[in-house]
Amino acid sequence: MSMPPLLSARDLELRFGRVAALDGVDLDIWPGEVVAIVGESGSGKTTLLRVLSGLMRPDSGSVDYRGQDVLGMGEAARRRLMRTEWGFVHQNPRDGLRMAVSAGGNIGERLMAIGARHYGNIRAEAANWLGRVEIDAARMDDVPAKFSGGMQQRLQIARTLVTQPKLVFMDEPTGGLDVSVQARLLDLIRALVADLGLAVLIVTHDIAAARLLAHRMLVMREGCVVEQGLTDRVLDDPQHPYTQLLVSSVLAA
Amino acid sequence: MTHHTGYNFAYLDESTKRMIRRAILKAVAIPGHQVPFGSREMPLPYGWGTGGIQVTAAVLGPTDVLKVIDQGADDTTNAVSIRAFFHRVAGVATTERTAEATIIQTRHRIPERLLTEQQILVYQVPIPEPLGKLEPRIAETRRMHALADYGLMHVKLYEDIARFGHIATSYAYPVMVNARYLMSPSPIPAFDNPKMDQMPALQLFGAGREKRIYAVPPYTSVRSLDFDDHPFRPIRAPHACELCGSRDTYLDEVLIDDVGGRIFVCSDTDHCSERQAMKEAAE
Repeated sequence: MSMPPLLSARDLELRFGRVAALDGVDLDIWPGEVVAIVGESGSGKTTLLRVLSGLMRPDSGSVDYRGQDVLGMGEAARRRLMRTEWGFVHQNPRDGLRMAVSAGGNIGERLMAIGARHYGNIRAEAANWLGRVEIDAARMDDVPAKFSGGMQQRLQIARTLVTQPKLVFMDEPTGGLDVSVQARLLDLIRALVADLGLAVLIVTHDIAAARLLAHRMLVMREGCVVEQGLTDRVLDDPQHPYTQLLVSSVLAA
Repeated sequence: MTHHTGYNFAYLDESTKRMIRRAILKAVAIPGHQVPFGSREMPLPYGWGTGGIQVTAAVLGPTDVLKVIDQGADDTTNAVSIRAFFHRVAGVATTERTAEATIIQTRHRIPERLLTEQQILVYQVPIPEPLGKLEPRIAETRRMHALADYGLMHVKLYEDIARFGHIATSYAYPVMVNARYLMSPSPIPAFDNPKMDQMPALQLFGAGREKRIYAVPPYTSVRSLDFDDHPFRPIRAPHACELCGSRDTYLDEVLIDDVGGRIFVCSDTDHCSERQAMKEAAE
């Protein structure tokens, strides 16, 4: 591709004592692309996500976002990035939502953090986003604690996307939801991603979810990327023994 | 009467006063920023004004004239005993007249009379952190102050409007000081907030239990947070004072008998009696 990547990481290394959580990981994400990171528990998926988004410092390596050095930037700059051009969707919506604040307030927070000071406009925008994630606008003033798990997750997505970020990190967004809710959520994410031209880095251990959403896929094991490529290629023709094991372990319904 | 010889002037020892003055200087240099200080045990319980009393002790000089108000009144228990305390341990003159005071220690009110450059207003602050109710981690609130990351405060106001149709915060209404630091003005009514803006007097805030001092230097901008379509409104009871007839002061509702009779009177007792005296003189 001739376009420069949105985010590019080189030689990321991070050790927790004797365990290598990241062992020389390289990664590029281009605008509008959905990249899935799959692998078993403890393979370093979530650590990679946290390092790329600047939440955690690696022992060595570099992360570059549109010419900015993510690891070298100050906290103020990183937070500004986090609430404007980036978004982070947590596995547990309780980590990403303010449970005591109404749904409207949750969506409005990012807008207010970047300077929106018109109540009517904030509310209209919140109603618009509730609609886009298929939550009844009448529930705008309810607190998320009264929502079901799937609704909470959709609310978290609305809250993250309201400032129209360019890059969204998702950590197991469908984890802990039952299958029909998962399917609906995946469908929603797919529609929003296509609509907004988002680049998404999604961590999951759900191969089916990855196949549905991702253009490209990285398979991680023990802190290394053992295989990467187009999703269909990786899943239909796995090269690495671990990927072969992973693909063959998926239960057919 | 000169003061009690068993105590150092103004109760606190000199090195403690020096420590507090250092904190005050830093607070004045960074308007609205909370400066930690080594709060001492005082001979009154937390919540009764231990922070204010330490700040007053540190800025008090032998020629100062001290006024203490509690909920606007000079004659309530706390006001009377703090005044008596400084009279005994510092021998300073005390007054109930706002115009005559050089230092005014206050809880819950700013006097109605405009303060001057010659005066210092000392607030007793129970909860100095405006973000505390929304973000319980102190380390995180300090980081938010450092980065001026204040969107969360507007979420609180948003919630007020969503729930009640208007901003229902009627006291300790958050303000931006000098367009930089978010500050809780202690539990004064929102009605008093506009008086803080460009005030000629120095304003010092002391929180004893929370061990914080902060300040607004004279002629500093203090803006109450609001939304463009829900501007800040100072709220007062829509009545005239029963005693002086004032329609522009903050009023207290007072029960006068046990059959539900009530009247509205000025909360600032000195201002009210001044107006009553003026009315009588005119008649």
